[in-house]
Amino acid sequence: MTSVIPREQHEGEPTLAPELLVRIHDVMVRSRCLEERMIRMNKQGDGYFWIGGPGEEALNAPLGMLVHKGQGPQFDYLHLHYRSSATVLAMGADPVDALRQMKNTVTDPYSGGRNFCNHYSMRKWNVVPVSSPIEVQFSMAPGTALANKRAGGRGITIVQGGDAGTAEGDFPTCLVWVSRPGAELPCLMIVANNQWGISTPASEQHGEKHIADRGKAFGIRTAVIDGNDPEVCYRELKKAMDYVRTERKPFLLEAMVSRLYGHSSATGSNFITEENDCLPMFEKKLEERKILTRAQMDELRARVTQELLEASKRVREEPQPKEEDIWKHVFSERDLVHEGAQKGNGAS
Amino acid sequence: MATLVQAIRLALHVGEERHGVTDIFGEDVGPPLGGVFTQSQGLRTAWNSPLDERGIVGTAIGLALAGQRPVAEVQFCDYAFNAIDLMKLAGGICWSSAGDYNCPMVLMTPVGSGIRGSLYHSHSFDGQATRLPGWKIVMPSNPLDAYGLMLSAILDPNPVMYLPPKALLRAKAGPGEQIPGEPDDARTLSKMIDAPLGDRSKWRPEWPEVGDFFVPLGTARVARTGSTVTVVTYGRMVPVALQAAEQVAAEGIDTEVIDLRSLHPYDWEAIKASVKKTNRVLFLNEDTEITNFGEHLVRRTAEELFYDLFAPPKLLAGAHVPGIGLADNLEHGSVPQLPGVVATLRELAKHEP
Repeated sequence: MTSVIPREQHEGEPTLAPELLVRIHDVMVRSRCLEERMIRMNKQGDGYFWIGGPGEEALNAPLGMLVHKGQGPQFDYLHLHYRSSATVLAMGADPVDALRQMKNTVTDPYSGGRNFCNHYSMRKWNVVPVSSPIEVQFSMAPGTALANKRAGGRGITIVQGGDAGTAEGDFPTCLVWVSRPGAELPCLMIVANNQWGISTPASEQHGEKHIADRGKAFGIRTAVIDGNDPEVCYRELKKAMDYVRTERKPFLLEAMVSRLYGHSSATGSNFITEENDCLPMFEKKLEERKILTRAQMDELRARVTQELLEASKRVREEPQPKEEDIWKHVFSERDLVHEGAQKGNGAS
Repeated sequence: MATLVQAIRLALHVGEERHGVTDIFGEDVGPPLGGVFTQSQGLRTAWNSPLDERGIVGTAIGLALAGQRPVAEVQFCDYAFNAIDLMKLAGGICWSSAGDYNCPMVLMTPVGSGIRGSLYHSHSFDGQATRLPGWKIVMPSNPLDAYGLMLSAILDPNPVMYLPPKALLRAKAGPGEQIPGEPDDARTLSKMIDAPLGDRSKWRPEWPEVGDFFVPLGTARVARTGSTVTVVTYGRMVPVALQAAEQVAAEGIDTEVIDLRSLHPYDWEAIKASVKKTNRVLFLNEDTEITNFGEHLVRRTAEELFYDLFAPPKLLAGAHVPGIGLADNLEHGSVPQLPGVVATLRELAKHEP
């Protein structure tokens, strides 16, 4: 088991406000229900492939809540991965849109039925298109971070990937490009370490003790945290983001997370009982602290599950793209990103 | 009169001063060197990057997505292969997001042989580039086109790959190819914008007041009009085709040379009009011949213009060997040379309906 920040370092930290914990819990439940609905859709033939983020909610829900959300370089840019559903839900994305992408309908706002589920694209909130190739986002992140730095506001770039992908060259590309002496960039690099690359355990491929240690060689601040504890994640993400926002320098955060339904539908997408599940662990804490009752939490989960079931039935009836739609958007007629950046500057 | 590489520099200068270019970057692109071919000397927004092609292309994508206007450079296209998946990604951003994002970046990488560049400074990239849907691909053959294509590339909202032929970088403008506002005298221009040898720390360029000039992407240029045979070519092979045309003119072979300028989108109407006139066509480029871009043009010509042809459409391209050898004979044996082009024109002209 990879060690994380010792528990005692967190003791003495003020606990988060009950209202905040309830909000985090709400997002975690909604994200879990969404993923479970999409897994079910895939198994029932309503969608060809599932890949997603059950097991990363404790990390990704706080992340989405802490984003400085907007369009243009005054705001945060997000280079997410395909396990980031809780992040976009926390930002306010409609879960029904994720179902649309799962069912590859033409109404899917992220790709018009072109891409797998959990491949988000939201220009209005600086969420750049999620791509299936592992780690390429780490080569792109220095570009948006440079725009953030140039804009001079509080906006930062957040780039997230898994542990296996750090073996790609894009990871050190990011380390080098965000830490150039005198030209450091406001970039929060997040490694969600679930200790797997599809079927290959990290222990067979990685000799480094912590992936985060690689940042130290570049003078980058680092932390390794328990990614299954949303309170720890919220607090540590906030600290890291505050540092990046104010110092305009990079930070590398490694969060130890779980992978609760395996890699994807290609590996069965069945619940893995051996992994720690952040949601019941968090719910136990909320119950003990009398912030939420078991009945309240059960009711929430049942209600969201039902809502998404009904939404998936509606989505099933929505139109599929047409064959001739392949010719749309090969090229753009307008410079949308430039227009958006100008607008963002004006609004800041 | 600017050389091709000076024309690129003038266009980049106009780009950063008038058209919003924010970053001109790559290995050795910034001061003091200003590019291994001098292409970015004295530019305000030029900066040196780490020696990392993936980082260069990736950072350009990131800058573009954040509404900046980057011109990134990979020093030689021979070193662009390790970033080809990122190019695929850039070309797919608009399509994969169903038009939510566009990716307005220029990627410049010098191509081709002719400078005795041996195995890794002589590659062509046309084949790989034209297999990247979502990109516009341009290749200039003279200074004015180099200028006008770069300005159009900068303002295009899509990723544009700009492939200057290394062997033509010092090529001078021909008659009627003057950039609006540039000094007539080459020496005057050189004094104004070429960095001195030695210490450059205090040197600043004195930019001439050059005007806007745009070559619309996707438009070819008739470099020579003729009626017997058409050569469709681009980049370094344009002057070779023109020389060959002059050689065979005395024999009564009147050659039309189409300089494609844009490989994608390409100007099919210009090709079609010329082939319908001459009924004989040679596609000429220096990339390796198997799955060569010219093969696509041969295929389309055969399918759409079959009954207009007096001769089988020909492709003259590079030998399908792993590299371009350093020795003269090895390079000459690898890429089309003037005698081969002349011989092919003669062969095509012999065909009668």
